[in-house]
Amino acid sequence: MSVEAHEIIPMPQPEPAGREESIPEAARRKLSSPWASGLVILITILWTIPTFGLLVTSLRPSSQAQNSGWWTIFTDPTMTLSNYSEVITGGSVIPNGIEPYFWNSFAIAIPAAIFPLVLASMAAYAIAWIPFKGSTFVFFTIFALQVIPLQMSLLPLLTMFNKGWSLGPIPIFPDLNKPGSEQSIFVGTYIPLWVAHTMFALPLAIFLLHNFVSQLPRELFEAARVDGASHFLIFRKLVLPLTVPAIASFAIFQFLWVWNDLLVALTFAGGTPDVAPITAYLASIKGSYGSQLHLVTAGAFVAIIVPLIVFFSLQRFFVRGLLAGSVKG
Amino acid sequence: MTASMRRRGATILVGGVAATMLLAACGGSSSSSESSSEAAAPSESAMASEGGGDVAAGCEAYAAYMGNEGTSVTLFTSVLPPEQQRYEDAWKPFEDCTGIDIVYEGSDQFEAQLPTRIAGGNAPDLAWIPQPGLLAKLVQQGGPVPAPQSVADNVDQYWNPAWKAYGSVDGTFYGAPNSSNMKSFVWYSPKVFAEKGYTVPTTWDELFALSDQMVADGIKPWCGGIESGGATGWPATDWLEQVVLRTQGGDVYDQWVAHEVLFNSPQITEAMDTISGWMKNPDYVNGGFGNVQTIATTAFQDAGKPILDAKCGMLQQASFYAAQWESFQPGAVVAEDGDVFAFFLPQIKDEFPNPVVGGGEFTTAFSDRPEVQAAQTYLSSAEYATARAAQPGGWVSANSGVPLDTYTDAIAKLSAQFLTDPNGIFRFDASDLMPAAVGAGAEWTQMTAWFGEDKPTADVLQAIDDAWPAS
Repeated sequence: MSVEAHEIIPMPQPEPAGREESIPEAARRKLSSPWASGLVILITILWTIPTFGLLVTSLRPSSQAQNSGWWTIFTDPTMTLSNYSEVITGGSVIPNGIEPYFWNSFAIAIPAAIFPLVLASMAAYAIAWIPFKGSTFVFFTIFALQVIPLQMSLLPLLTMFNKGWSLGPIPIFPDLNKPGSEQSIFVGTYIPLWVAHTMFALPLAIFLLHNFVSQLPRELFEAARVDGASHFLIFRKLVLPLTVPAIASFAIFQFLWVWNDLLVALTFAGGTPDVAPITAYLASIKGSYGSQLHLVTAGAFVAIIVPLIVFFSLQRFFVRGLLAGSVKG
Repeated sequence: MTASMRRRGATILVGGVAATMLLAACGGSSSSSESSSEAAAPSESAMASEGGGDVAAGCEAYAAYMGNEGTSVTLFTSVLPPEQQRYEDAWKPFEDCTGIDIVYEGSDQFEAQLPTRIAGGNAPDLAWIPQPGLLAKLVQQGGPVPAPQSVADNVDQYWNPAWKAYGSVDGTFYGAPNSSNMKSFVWYSPKVFAEKGYTVPTTWDELFALSDQMVADGIKPWCGGIESGGATGWPATDWLEQVVLRTQGGDVYDQWVAHEVLFNSPQITEAMDTISGWMKNPDYVNGGFGNVQTIATTAFQDAGKPILDAKCGMLQQASFYAAQWESFQPGAVVAEDGDVFAFFLPQIKDEFPNPVVGGGEFTTAFSDRPEVQAAQTYLSSAEYATARAAQPGGWVSANSGVPLDTYTDAIAKLSAQFLTDPNGIFRFDASDLMPAAVGAGAEWTQMTAWFGEDKPTADVLQAIDDAWPAS
């Protein structure tokens, strides 16, 4: 079954020789001209300069980093790793190292990437392939939810978590307090963060995956139904393996968004070391008067490692997944 | 076939990454639970040591706060590392003795986050609110809990009465001051003063005689910079506040803050004229930078740098400017016989002695649980302020219960000396008390225009008055 499925999926094939050039090939040929390559290299260098400056600043001693621009490194090459050791293990300025925040970021970002993907892939399958009344309406409603700005929903969500929410007399979300205190059980946990990130991610996730799933060939599902497969079996054996590129690309997206998020984390979790992510740590180490910006640069490079690993290990899906549902193969 | 192989390879890769992520997740949760259990251990041992019920040895000073073992109090502030550690070191004995864990949380988004958290039902137990205006707004919104009598008693005993008024809203007292800063300083180089034979002026006339002497010696006596990004102009509002308090006194200052004395009034115009002869005097400014206009374009952080090079004689700036010198000249010593030091900006009229413009933050509670009240009372006590003042880093309290010798930092000591002066006139930074449209808006931009574009004084003052909210 699965082998058959692989062969049915149309893969981009090289066009047979002798026919007119296809548009992608023409584009590729034009882009690989020396001029185009030179331009790309130039743009790449220009765009990398700020990051490079950040890297240089992170390696400079604090007194120099505060007094002169990073480009003076070429005339006065003094380098130190002290900023990194201060940020990673802690030191005189920052007693707590980056470590607890680093794990917090993982504990926030991984579930916050998995939850929406599980829900969205199921929803996408159901909307695309289970015929029910109003499925188009449901799909468009979910898609339309994307217009709601995240910032607008922060306060209502926070209130819901901490004070509960009821529609008139009917409690929709209970007001759960820790025993013997007025504080909600959600204070100081990751749960509100996971839920918030999942909710904010779902509309786009469902939209992307729906477009991908709905383009799978109908024959595949008909054959599976004839063979007696249930919806769940079809979802597990057919849909999931076939949507891996889209799922992987959205996983990267979502992971990076959550990893880099500061606003949602500060609102729902606060800045204490038991829940705050790495972004909150970076925001706090700059010092009350911005006197420790050199530490922020080092911290930023520590924080950047994980997104880079995730991105480079999954980048082939990233590009393919970006095109998910945009054109029929 | 190759296509199918590629597919399978991809699936394996994704599976592998997912597994790695899961492993990382497990590692994360286990390590955080470990660290939390480690964090819990010391407080448990502290509790165990008090298990006998009596106050343990060395904890006598904390007897009043006992009975709250194993509780925690969250404190939300805008103060970031490294100051955070100095606070935690200061109240460690309190935590160890009482078993109350003070959970510190600093954020540079404090002013935005606090109202959100209160509205969302996630208010901290305590917060250090840096502006009386924000305190009043929060009281209106609902959230702050009036301070217990024990805090009020401490404030009555240790602080200049003006402070209690700034920690109160409509007659209800909410919070004792935590740290204070002193804005009425003039920074100078003791080395240059010694070389040229200048003495530190103690009266306004001496100050200007000294300025003229510097002009004669070829040194621009004053430098200044009011550029501060989105807050450009605030140092100039400080100059105005200094002069208003010195020439008009505390009562007019209070009426000015309440907009009963308008900006475009004879009193404030007189103050502006005084500044015209001082920071807008082309003979006096802008040492090391250029003409008067450069005041508007020079970053306030950089303004004092020419003092070290003897290109500028003096800079009027707050006590917290002490942290800047190190960045101009690594190893710069801030002391009476060091590279740089400060003197008190002298009074102008004898009827208004020792006028001090300053600021501070107020320990406000959002819960009346007993451990919160205990912590709030402790944070208003002389024991706490003394312990905190003994830490490095130039922290100042206006708490008169702190012996001046406790201060390790020369500037902090000098600040405390004036802030605790019972005969002095203390007033809070006016622009922090005025409505944001003025105190963090029109007053900044108009003062910048006054320096940068030489906009006429009357137009500047009228424009600020026009920006005052109607209600």
